[in-house]
Amino acid sequence: MSGFTALLARDLRLVWRRPGDVMVVLAFFVVATVLFPLGIGPEANLLARIAAGILWCAALFAALLSLERLFAADYEDGALDLLLLAPWPLELAALAKCLAHWIVTGLPLALLAPLMGLLFGLSGEGLLAVGLTLLVGTPALSLIGGLAAALTLGARRGGALLALLALPLCVPTLIFGTSAVESVAMGEGFLTHLAILGALALLSLATLPWAIAAALRQAGE
Amino acid sequence: MTEFEVSGLSCRRGGRPVVGNISFTLARGELLALTGRNGSGKTTLLRALALLVTADAGGIRWQGTDVRHDRDGWRRRIAWLGHLDGLKGDLAVRENLATACHLREASADRVDDALAAFDLAPLANRAVRTLSAGQRRRVALARVVAADAPLWLLDEPLNALDGPSQAALRAALASHLAAGGLAIAATHAALEVPNARVLELA
Repeated sequence: MSGFTALLARDLRLVWRRPGDVMVVLAFFVVATVLFPLGIGPEANLLARIAAGILWCAALFAALLSLERLFAADYEDGALDLLLLAPWPLELAALAKCLAHWIVTGLPLALLAPLMGLLFGLSGEGLLAVGLTLLVGTPALSLIGGLAAALTLGARRGGALLALLALPLCVPTLIFGTSAVESVAMGEGFLTHLAILGALALLSLATLPWAIAAALRQAGE
Repeated sequence: MTEFEVSGLSCRRGGRPVVGNISFTLARGELLALTGRNGSGKTTLLRALALLVTADAGGIRWQGTDVRHDRDGWRRRIAWLGHLDGLKGDLAVRENLATACHLREASADRVDDALAAFDLAPLANRAVRTLSAGQRRRVALARVVAADAPLWLLDEPLNALDGPSQAALRAALASHLAAGGLAIAATHAALEVPNARVLELA
């Protein structure tokens, strides 16, 4: 078994043993999105217009909520030293951790978001756009959040600092995610937006594992 | 024959020099006990040897080659026990050991022997979070044995261990050394292992 698969399997197994951690994140997403129709009132046109922004922001906050523990648990119990001492690139370890995070957070959020979109009266194509943009966009969020989580290791109030670091970096992904749904509402396609989101995710994939690994080495010193 | 050689090693912690100009050699079958007061740099020295902390100056050589030239190769040669156990509370004892072997991209053949060496077979399927501090330390030591590495780096290995567990550690160390292995241990109490030398840090 390669170290990458071993680490991925370990993290997924740990989540499986404690499903509550993931359930809380998904429940937060559901509750946060349900609050908006309640607060704004039953104005179908308005709700449909702001649905994408709300779903994307709620997904972003939900993902950040779970990122605080991404490396902190390994840092606190000493398992991070074992990753630093593993005889294969730490960049791959960073990628395995972010991939595990995406599988248990980004993927379920992308599946859940179209269901929540029904609450806002989104059209069929709008629902598809929300689901697909989240599917393509959330890997970038996991990687950006992973960098923020690695940089804030050992810091007091790491959670708030993590959000402050990660949120600005998530803005491009957020803009193209929400505008995809808007362009569907205007009767245009969203393939361009999807392609740009994919490009952002690939850019994160090509750069951030190195930055995360550097931050982890620094935390290990 | 000298297997491992450290010459003039110095490192800092938070800008303050804590390890200054350390030199020693270690042959196969030898143990080096690092002693010294709290804060004398035992942990920092161990972390520097594992390349977790970057040394300011000095050389670390394994069979005559600087270990920084082949970091992954060096990581394969060391088994690490830090002051934290590095175990996952939600995984069972055996799962922890097998995962640690797989993370080293090594086979998990020696897990059962390692469990037996520390009398952990009855606990093999218990989740680590249900164990006492001493039992966890034994699991962490079993992980070192299962790693099957020539050099053991141990930070306070006797911590939280009761009498029989300390005897098990001595037996494991003795058989590791008898098989031509090397070990460096930061410790307060005497390890009472044959071929042990002591390096006192000021």
